Amino acid sequence: MVQFTLPKNSRIRTGKTWPKPEGVTRLGTFQIYRWSPDDGENPSVDTYFIDLDKCGPMVLDALIKIKNEIDPTLTFRRSCREGICGSCAMNIDGINTLACIYGLDEIKGDVVKIYPLPHMPVVKDLIPDLTHFYAQHASIMPWLETKTNRPAKEWKQSIDDRKKLDGLYECVMCASCSTSCPSYWWNGDRYLGPAALLHAYRWIIDSRDEATGERLDELEDSFKLYRCHTIMNCTRTCPKGLNPAKAIAEIKKMMVERVV
Amino acid sequence: MADVNRGNRPLSPHLQIYRPQMTSMSSIMVRMTGIALFLLAFFVVWWLLAASTSEAAFVPIDWLMRSFIGDLVLFGGTWALWYHMLGRLRHVIWDFGYCLDLETAIKLGQLMFILATALALLTIVIV
Repeated sequence: MVQFTLPKNSRIRTGKTWPKPEGVTRLGTFQIYRWSPDDGENPSVDTYFIDLDKCGPMVLDALIKIKNEIDPTLTFRRSCREGICGSCAMNIDGINTLACIYGLDEIKGDVVKIYPLPHMPVVKDLIPDLTHFYAQHASIMPWLETKTNRPAKEWKQSIDDRKKLDGLYECVMCASCSTSCPSYWWNGDRYLGPAALLHAYRWIIDSRDEATGERLDELEDSFKLYRCHTIMNCTRTCPKGLNPAKAIAEIKKMMVERVV
Repeated sequence: MADVNRGNRPLSPHLQIYRPQMTSMSSIMVRMTGIALFLLAFFVVWWLLAASTSEAAFVPIDWLMRSFIGDLVLFGGTWALWYHMLGRLRHVIWDFGYCLDLETAIKLGQLMFILATALALLTIVIV
């Protein structure tokens, strides 16, 4: 349901302001969302200052610098540092993206504001609980479903049919798109969200897959699919430049085409 | 993760921190103009009903609708009507699978605001 304000336990307090480093020409200011499950306090926003001349170019570099040099309790997910694992997805400067491929020079204001992915239960600091998001992904059967006998070598696909998967298979499941979607905020319990639906479409149009009908049947639901109102925040925010909104529109078209 | 505190997890901020996007703003405005028009329809129907009832019923609502505030609301309503119609038109185009790339969608959003304003002004000039 639509809920404009945060629940009582989620309201944000002003947090700690950490000391500024001395003798710095380019000072970077970071306001970062903090919450710990251990102290019973509400979330807060802490302010950190770092020397940008002694920091790498990406937002993730700054986060690692803060964790290494100022506050080791700052908690976030990261792994590949090159935009392929999807671990460091978070809300930076008002949009969802991957901290590792978002440059500090892309920040619009003077202060870098960092929050966890929006409208998600927080495990700690910048780490959202993605259990439900992954379960939704599993529910669309993200694998090849076949009925004919297994071929002697491999399932073949023409070059043209393979091309249909471009712009879909690159998704790294970072959850930036789904958590940018107001529809997913209000109805995420039943609406599958852009990420899961993009993956659903990736298998629906795979020429080797033989469960297209069943896949569409499964999505024929006023919530799972049709809570998409083409708001397109998903496409706007995708750090990989993919277009979930288009994929969802194509599923909706297939739904119509198979009845008329 | 058996001993982890999962009961009291806070909800991360959403509307409060997400930067307004042309995509989401042009979309929510379609919904908001729709609701506004629905409410405005009550006043217009009241106006018409009163006109067919009696002079005593007609005078106050007629005064309200023709007052400065009434003019303002009706101009807003004209803008909302155009905007809502353009928004629905955009949905029709999208439902056929066109204009779904990000740049075009953003341009269409901007165009909706510009066109709705131009058409609303044109409407009051003509009427």
